[in-house]
Amino acid sequence: MLEKALQGSRKYWTWIFFLLLIVGNGFINYLYQFKHGLGITGMSRDVSWGLYIGQFTFLVGVAASAVMLVIPHYLHDFKKFGKIVILGEFLAVAAVTMCVTFIFVDLGQPMRVLNVILHPTPNSILFWDAVVLNGYLGLNIVIGWMTLSADRKGIKPPAWVKPLIYVSIPWAFSIHTVTAFLYAGLPGRHFWLSAIMAARFLASAFAGGPALLIILSLIVRKLTKFDPGKEPIQAVGKIVTYAMIANVFLLGLEFFTAFYSQIPGEMNSFKYLYVGFEGHDKLVPLMWTSSILAIVSLPLLIVPSWRKKEGVLATACVALFISLWIDKGFGLVIGGFVPNPFEGVTEYWPTLREASIALGVWALGFLVLTLLYKIAITVREQTAGIEIEH
Amino acid sequence: MKIYDGGKIIVGLIVFVGLFTFPFVYNIGKANVMPEPKINTPAINELTEKKCVESKQFMRAEHMQLLNQWRDWAVRKGERVYVNSEGKPYTISLQNTCMHCHSNKKEFCDQCHNYMAVNPYCWNCHIAPKEKES
Amino acid sequence: MSMNRRQFLKIAGMSTVLGLGGVPVINLLKGDKSEASHVFVNEKALTAKRWGMAIDVSKFRTDDDYKKVIHACNSIHNIPDFGNSKDQIKWIWTDTYEHTFPTQPNEFIEESVKEKPFVLLCNHCENPPCVRVCPTKATFKRKDGIVMMDQHRCIGCRFCMAACPFGARSFNYKDPRLGLKPEDENTQYPTRTIGVVEKCTFCAERLSKGLIPACVEASQQIAKDAGTEAAMYFGDLDDPSSDVRKVLAGRYSIRRKPELGTGPSVFYIIGGDKNA
Repeated sequence: MLEKALQGSRKYWTWIFFLLLIVGNGFINYLYQFKHGLGITGMSRDVSWGLYIGQFTFLVGVAASAVMLVIPHYLHDFKKFGKIVILGEFLAVAAVTMCVTFIFVDLGQPMRVLNVILHPTPNSILFWDAVVLNGYLGLNIVIGWMTLSADRKGIKPPAWVKPLIYVSIPWAFSIHTVTAFLYAGLPGRHFWLSAIMAARFLASAFAGGPALLIILSLIVRKLTKFDPGKEPIQAVGKIVTYAMIANVFLLGLEFFTAFYSQIPGEMNSFKYLYVGFEGHDKLVPLMWTSSILAIVSLPLLIVPSWRKKEGVLATACVALFISLWIDKGFGLVIGGFVPNPFEGVTEYWPTLREASIALGVWALGFLVLTLLYKIAITVREQTAGIEIEH
Repeated sequence: MKIYDGGKIIVGLIVFVGLFTFPFVYNIGKANVMPEPKINTPAINELTEKKCVESKQFMRAEHMQLLNQWRDWAVRKGERVYVNSEGKPYTISLQNTCMHCHSNKKEFCDQCHNYMAVNPYCWNCHIAPKEKES
Repeated sequence: MSMNRRQFLKIAGMSTVLGLGGVPVINLLKGDKSEASHVFVNEKALTAKRWGMAIDVSKFRTDDDYKKVIHACNSIHNIPDFGNSKDQIKWIWTDTYEHTFPTQPNEFIEESVKEKPFVLLCNHCENPPCVRVCPTKATFKRKDGIVMMDQHRCIGCRFCMAACPFGARSFNYKDPRLGLKPEDENTQYPTRTIGVVEKCTFCAERLSKGLIPACVEASQQIAKDAGTEAAMYFGDLDDPSSDVRKVLAGRYSIRRKPELGTGPSVFYIIGGDKNA
């Protein structure tokens, strides 16, 4: 099937080369970082994780969200997802690829990355994160590939794929839970030390990921002969709505605990992010942008007659996606480091090089996504009208 | 007999053979002098018996493994005295034991490492002995 | 880099040769290759069940005293100075009471305590979160309580920096040698390399030679020269007759963020002189 990614229109190849250009730019900047160290980023002794780890965290959510299509389709026999479940699985593959790359570019000694395997350390959450992420990547590649190639041949996928699909469901939850545990178990980081961290992560993931999937489905419909269908998109829209409500609710719980208890350590990070702390307010405009976009997206999603209009749904999804991208891909990580363990404030802002590298990783993800979607859509176009059950 | 895509196959074969033999062709006529690590440092000259911590053969073949073990013993176990096969004790330290005698890193370590095209990262942290530029 | 390559080649070679039934290769890779009969701890080395420190900042008389103590550490451990806080490497440093004990604020505390700089360093916790999170065991707890760093193994993920509630860890954002004048280098001790985390090790390398940590030694030298009591004490917290235990027994002391349960082994003696 791979050959299908090699035949495409002029537009397709222009897009591929555009992505390659951004990947190349990121790569050149990464080589510079590799030589001169992470000092070229905005990170510091006090804010020792930044854009890279933020993007990693956000993208784990996008990856996990594939399960929101897998559960209805395979557990509840919701047939309408049959056509788009592959889009979810391949989105997961692209997202995990980005996650792993973001972790890699964040390492100070990337050549030693195999030490994680050579000296396995089960008490480290990062060790488990490496295990579950790579496992999830493998699962989705195998499942997506097998079901798609079966579709192409007009036969059922081999029987052993089914158990893998069932395994992939708890596995999707595990990747985001484990990622939340990276943060939620650290003493002295009040902003992260919250029992509902994993729940928040999952809620935001199941809102943000499917929202991206809706946007992608609409793009696919516009650019190709493959139509994911109105009904599946609406069904995903409902998932986005419920998950976003849960996400905002859980964030509200955090605010309540912090500000009703009035414990300084609990409040300080929130203050820094939303109103500024001791005169430092670099992230305030960004966080309010996130909040306003979230508030705008909610009614658009909740009112059924609005949500049913695809234009409105798309607008809501874009707003929601950007909102969560800021909140989780940036605010969550930086907020945990401010104030520092001495109640001092060191602010963080990514450098141009750092942003170029991050953009390069995103472009790499979209490259993987484009190639996989090209294959899936070509198969779908050829088998249009034939529905295989699996 | 007809070879399908014969032209492409032959071109491919030529490219392959070219790539494969490149290192050999590239080095033709270049004198690859065997490295001769020098041991005429003041510290070694003072020794009555010119012997390293282990035999010359062992050191030549296994010094990297020995250094890895020294590293783990010293840093991870805190055991910093090495007793060699003859029962003689040495302080485990690259900078203070090895380089005390082999104070001529350029003529000793680098000779072979360059010849073998290996670039150990020991010296990113461990401070090499101060030598005159040669 | 050659280390990794070698390991890679070993594994690659092994899988090839295993296919051919090469038992000698397995033996070659197995365990101890050296001809050494044994390795041991230097008999002069100082040993303990749990190393700890007590610091009485009221005994620091001048800014110069602080400088001497900090310089003792910086100079022997090749601590670079980049002149900015972003890339800063700190093993031992000073800060105010408020910043040292942010969970114990007290607006009416004695002026002398409020104004006095506190000396900070790694707490060598009994239950260290940094060790718990490290994915490669690059940071680990020794039997004598020292939380040690193996910079050879660190991959630079900085999880330990997020986990340490005491801000005791520094990351080499830049090549440390760029912040170190060659003439200031201590050739007996390594520098670090780009991209690894570092921190105070309670002078593990000095303990192995029978010497107490450099900062404590400097502090005791200052006291000796001035004929006063020392500001810093070091010893075995498990031994009631140790220097550190004797000081702690007679004076009121506090620790940084004890509520987090990490069990810091560095104690701060607050006010109340022995004779008070």
